[in-house]
Amino acid sequence: MNVPTNLKYTKDHEWVLIKGNEATVGITDFAQHELGDIVFIEIETVGEELGHGEVFGTVEAVKTVSDLFMPVSGTVKEKNEELDTTAELVNSDPYGKGWMIRVELSDPSEIDALLDAEAYKKLIGA
Amino acid sequence: MKNTPFLKYHEALGARIIPFAGYNMPVEYAGITEEHLTVRSGVGVFDVSHMGEFWVNGPRALDFLQHITSNDVSALTDGKVQYTCFPNGRGGIVDDLLVYRFSAEKYLLVVNAANIEKDWEWCVKHAAAFGITAGPGGQLNNASDGTAQLAVQGPLALKAMQKLTGEPVTDMEYYTFKVLKFAGIDDVIFSTTGYTGSGGCEIYIRNADAPRLWEEVFRAGEEYGIKPIGLGARDTLRLEMGFCLYGNDINDTTTPIEAGLGWITKFVPGKDFIDRDLLLKQKEEGTDRRLKGFVMIDKGIPRQHYEVVDAQGNLIGEVTSGTMAPSLKQGIGLAYLNKGFWKNDTEIFIRVRGRDLKAKVTALPFYKQ
Repeated sequence: MNVPTNLKYTKDHEWVLIKGNEATVGITDFAQHELGDIVFIEIETVGEELGHGEVFGTVEAVKTVSDLFMPVSGTVKEKNEELDTTAELVNSDPYGKGWMIRVELSDPSEIDALLDAEAYKKLIGA
Repeated sequence: MKNTPFLKYHEALGARIIPFAGYNMPVEYAGITEEHLTVRSGVGVFDVSHMGEFWVNGPRALDFLQHITSNDVSALTDGKVQYTCFPNGRGGIVDDLLVYRFSAEKYLLVVNAANIEKDWEWCVKHAAAFGITAGPGGQLNNASDGTAQLAVQGPLALKAMQKLTGEPVTDMEYYTFKVLKFAGIDDVIFSTTGYTGSGGCEIYIRNADAPRLWEEVFRAGEEYGIKPIGLGARDTLRLEMGFCLYGNDINDTTTPIEAGLGWITKFVPGKDFIDRDLLLKQKEEGTDRRLKGFVMIDKGIPRQHYEVVDAQGNLIGEVTSGTMAPSLKQGIGLAYLNKGFWKNDTEIFIRVRGRDLKAKVTALPFYKQ
């Protein structure tokens, strides 16, 4: 299972890439594998300010549906428009072309509470 | 949790294994979409050893089956298979099943894994009135634990399986069977049935012959690109055909008439079956709800238990099965719909996480070859 060391993680299987005051968010390789074939990503929260743990969207796989949670508090500045037509990018490239949203952080101190790659690996038993 | 004799093959192939109906079963190998499309265009293999098998023998076997099943068993001839159900005495359905006729006095019933115990008790209870003895060595015998089964499905399935037997199988009619020497194994039941709508066969053997069957089937299918298929694709394949799944679309509280199974409910003279009068009345007077197929017009995927509403938001039904249809690339589902809303092309709305998404009632099957 691929767990890049430059990213931070949540127990809900999201990854976070921090750059200054901005976070890019997606779901992990483990998560996409557990979900199976992903067919829709529904994100209708662009422009909204959401708290840590709030739902920013949903991911629909063939057999199951799962909510997507904010790993940190902030404003959803942008979503990956490409996923509207090619949601399967989340399966094929979860840490790259399968990114989901960019968030402007409202409380950068929350970053400290995120898991590093080692801790996340332990969580998924990898 | 029970294991089928094929479990080690699933594990070696990297399948995701889940508990299903009391068995450790493969839900997917390469991914549901890919597996689904393999069966639609080529050939795929399902381990369906979890299914239950009951044998019924004796001079009163036919009378007994005419009483406990809804379809007309007397219409069967040797080598033919029939889809039917057990009405439950209250208008509901104990299970849906296949009946195989070997001879006028010998039948095989194939039932759903999750219902084996319930079905067995139901059969034993009703067999007594026909003087049919039940249990090991009896006229009614539960062979589920000793019987393994592979479903080999897809347009290339019979062509591939022909390599494993000297008897002709490629021209066998749908819903017929033969007892063959197959892959070097004696007394194999080879049946042109399935739950996918893409043709193929279901092959019944004794557990001890399972490794040989698996290996020979994959060897014979290699040149046709044969692949293992999990329960996930089994569900999307059956749903594209609009086939009912017990526990989702039919259960102890749904009647065969409202489930659209009137075609397996036969009110023929001389067939006095459980719930006959009740179901006949329902057929003549109509029902308050009907199981129907629908396709999503708005983007979204229906799931079991989602509410169905009209344009004003009034509750008019409930989704019983739903998925993204891999062949159609569209959300599809089955739902019980109230009277007035079940005609084809009626606009309905599926409540998906608080939003009412537009859908349309449609004729089955969703998928046409």
